[in-house]
Parts: sequence; structure tokens; C-alpha cells
Amino acid sequence: MSNQLINLMAALLLLIAFAMLSQRRILRLIYLFAAQGFVLSMNTVIVALATKQPHLYASALITFGLKVIALPWLLHRLIDRLNVRWDVETLINIPTTMLVGILLVILSFNLALPISQLAGTITRGTLGIAMASVLLSLLMMITRRKAVPQVIGFLSLENGLFFAATSATYGMPMVVELGIALDVLVGTFIFGIFFFQIRETFDSLDIHHLEKLKDRG
Amino acid sequence: MSLGFVASQLFQTLLSVFLAPLMLGWVNQCRAWLQNRSGPGLLQPYSVLRKLFLKDAVLAHNASWLFRLTPYVVFGCMVLAVSIVPVLATDLPFSPAADVIALVGLFALARVFMALAAMDVGTAFGSLGARREMLVASLAEPALLMVFFTPALISQSTALTTIVETLAHKQLTLYPSLAFAAAAFVMLLLAENARVPVDNPATHLELTMIHEAMILEYSARHLALMEWAQALKLMTYTAIGIALFVPWGIAEAGYWAGLPLAIVALLAKLLAAGAALAVLEMVSAKMRIFRVPEFLGMAFLFAVLGMLTRILLGSAG
Repeated sequence: MSNQLINLMAALLLLIAFAMLSQRRILRLIYLFAAQGFVLSMNTVIVALATKQPHLYASALITFGLKVIALPWLLHRLIDRLNVRWDVETLINIPTTMLVGILLVILSFNLALPISQLAGTITRGTLGIAMASVLLSLLMMITRRKAVPQVIGFLSLENGLFFAATSATYGMPMVVELGIALDVLVGTFIFGIFFFQIRETFDSLDIHHLEKLKDRG
Repeated sequence: MSLGFVASQLFQTLLSVFLAPLMLGWVNQCRAWLQNRSGPGLLQPYSVLRKLFLKDAVLAHNASWLFRLTPYVVFGCMVLAVSIVPVLATDLPFSPAADVIALVGLFALARVFMALAAMDVGTAFGSLGARREMLVASLAEPALLMVFFTPALISQSTALTTIVETLAHKQLTLYPSLAFAAAAFVMLLLAENARVPVDNPATHLELTMIHEAMILEYSARHLALMEWAQALKLMTYTAIGIALFVPWGIAEAGYWAGLPLAIVALLAKLLAAGAALAVLEMVSAKMRIFRVPEFLGMAFLFAVLGMLTRILLGSAG
């Protein structure tokens, strides 16, 4: 039963990753990111229950606190401050992106197949999905032009890595996990500062302005 | 074929046919509540149908036999479609005659007749609505087939009764691939039934309407049949959704004692589905017609993803 629940959570994670890939609005992206964090922490609790690993409860709690409450709140404050709450990304071709996404899913399933056959964990079937969500987040970062969606893509990439760690080895050691959590939090703060810098210099959050070289003076 | 089988089939079909306007009334009532209106009441669709049946029909001068035949064909298709879907029990003598692929075909037949009749009279709105409907349909139909293939892969059969039998009465298993299929199905339900993100059922604004534009020339009993068929279509789609994704509570074949429970379960699920549909319609804005292909493309891709998950995860999917 827990095996099925884990598979369902993995599928939900993949579904949310695809929803993020096709979402144009920044506000909805943040909601989706929070939902992804919630599914992730639920999955960790289920794995903890199934394998009786007490440290996974702590890791689920950290995930919940950080990815469902703290980071979405931070991002909310950020887009309010930057006044991009209703920003819409217009220049992405969603059907093509989704098609590429499906190819990535097939690729990662095939890549993960030999690895997961070697693994003995209860969650081995979900390794392919974890890999797929990492690749989908990367794809999202590539296709977006605005800065905030790119950062959300980066954070969801971290979600995918965390899920891969849980499904391959029942989670990382506590110290590593705490370190990563802190990194992500501090990273988001620094990204926030960067956003303001970018906007001050270019009057826009469009990353493509960064590609042009400018004379000093 | 025993008498019990025939009784079961007749009862289920008649129940669906006469419950369909009530379902529509419930959705409208929920929408009204969400908009802070008091609403027309649950039985309003029945009154509308009665009023329309009592009136005299008016036909355009150049309306051909096709125009007059279409309401009966469309209504017949929808009754046939709803009698294939098991709503209360899985013993339907009719179901071996038509599987899910035939079901999609039935919807297509009704749609073709409707589009032809809309263009028959030759008004601008009719052909405009017909063309838009065909645009939506040509994208929704393959996606609907893909949605059906995922549960068909799980149960190794395309007959709806076998699918429901496998999903509801075998050992309880969660299929992650069905999550994708369900997401795609909800999107298709909205598109195919002319609900809000794709079409607005409450408007006659010429620039946006799709379904309403097609039946604009109909009156009296023809219009009544068309509207009833539309309500039946919504009912059929809801019943398919229930059968594929939340089939629990449905009675087993030949198990009559399970019927009261099945009726209660069905009513509860229909109430929940209607309320959910109203909420979905309230929180989404109608999209531009050129965004519809993107919306339906996503539904198609979700359905394909469901099938892929099923194939790649193997028995766990």
C-alpha cells in the first residue's frame, strides 16, 4: 500500500512539474511551487512510515517549513516589492516545450531503469520520475526569460534532487540536509538582492538584457 | 439474456436521461450561489424543457430535412452514449455492443450532424459556431481517446463495464497514471461541454459563443431536444469521469442488494462533481479562441503522459 502511495506522490510531483512548465503567470507558479513542496513533504512522511527511519520525519518537517511556508512567503514578498505580481510570460511556446518535456520523461525513465533494478529500496520505481522532474525544472529555466520564474525553476530543481535522494537512498544524512536547506534559503535571499540590482540597471527583469555588453561610462 | 439484465439496463438509462436536467440545474444553482445570486432553482431546466415542448416549432424557409432530423439524431446519440456508461451496476447488456472507442464515435456523429444543421440554414452565426465547434472537437477527440487508453491498458479491455469491474471490485490499487488521465479528462470535459474556459453556456454574445451559435435557429421541441441532449452530454461525461476515476460504490453484476448503496453513492458523487464544476468555472476566465488549441494540446499531452507512466512504470503505474 505504501508503495502505491509513494508512486502516486511521484506522479503528482511530475504532474506539478509539467503544470509549472506550462504556467505563464508568476503568482500561479509560486502556488504550484508550494504545492510541489507539500507533495514532497507528504512523500517523505510516507517513506518514513514505511521504512521506520526517524530522521526522515525531521527532514519532512524541514521540507514543509521551508518549501511550503518560508520560500513561497519570501517569493510573495519579493514579487510584491518588485511589483511584478501580475506579470505574464508571453514569449514561450507551450506545446513545443511540453513535447520536449515528454521526450525528457522518456529519456530519464530509460536512464533510471538499470539503476533502479540494482536498488533495493521500496521507492526504486520512482527514481525515473525524480530524474524527470530535475530535467523538467532545467527545461523551465532554459525557456523562461524573466528572472523570477528562473529562480522558481531553480528551487523546483532542488525539489527534484531532494526527491531523488529520498527515493534512491532514503534521504541524505541530517547534516547535509540542513546544509542544503540553509543554502536554498540564503540563495533565495541573494537572488532577491540580485533582482533589485538587475532592475535598477536595466529597468526590467528580462534576463536577455544581461547578454549585451555595455560600455562603462 | 435474463429479464434482470434488461431491467438493469433500462433503469440505468432512464435514470441518467431524467437526472440529466437536474444535474444541469444543480451546476447552475451552484454558480448562482458563488456569484451571490439566489439562483433559478434546481428544477428550472425541467420547466424550460416543458415550456419548449408545448410551443409550436418555427422553421426557416430554406431549412432542409437535415435541419429537422438533427435534434432527434443528436438526442438519440446521447441516449445511446449514456446507456453504455455504467452508473449504478456493471451489468449492462448493451455494453458489449459498444466500447469506449465507439463512445467517442457516437459523440462525433452527434457533433457532425449538429455542425451540418447549423450550416444548413445559412446564417452567419450558424456556420461560425459550427466551424469553431469543429476546431475544438478536432483537438479534443484524440485527447479523449488517449484518456480512455490509460484505464484500458490497466484493465486490458476497452469495454467500460470491464474497466469499472477491474478498477472498483478488484483489490484496491492506486494507479499514478490515472492521475494524469484524470487531469486531462477534466480539461476535456470543460471543452466538450462548452463550459467556461472554452465557451460560456450563459451567454449569447456573438463574438464568443460556440455551442449556442449552432443551435440559434432552433425553436420549440427541436430546441428542447437539443438542450436536453446537451444536459445529457454533461451527464455522460460526468458519469464517465466517475466510472474511470472514482468508481467505488458501484454495484457488482447480478448483486441487487448493492443497488441502494450504489444510488446513494452516485447521487453524492454527482452532487460533488457539479459543485466542483461550478467552482472550476468560477475561478477561471474564458480564454481567447486561439488559446483553445494550446489548452487542448496540454490535455492531449497529459493523457499521453498518463499512458507513458503506465507503460514505463509497468505494473506499478
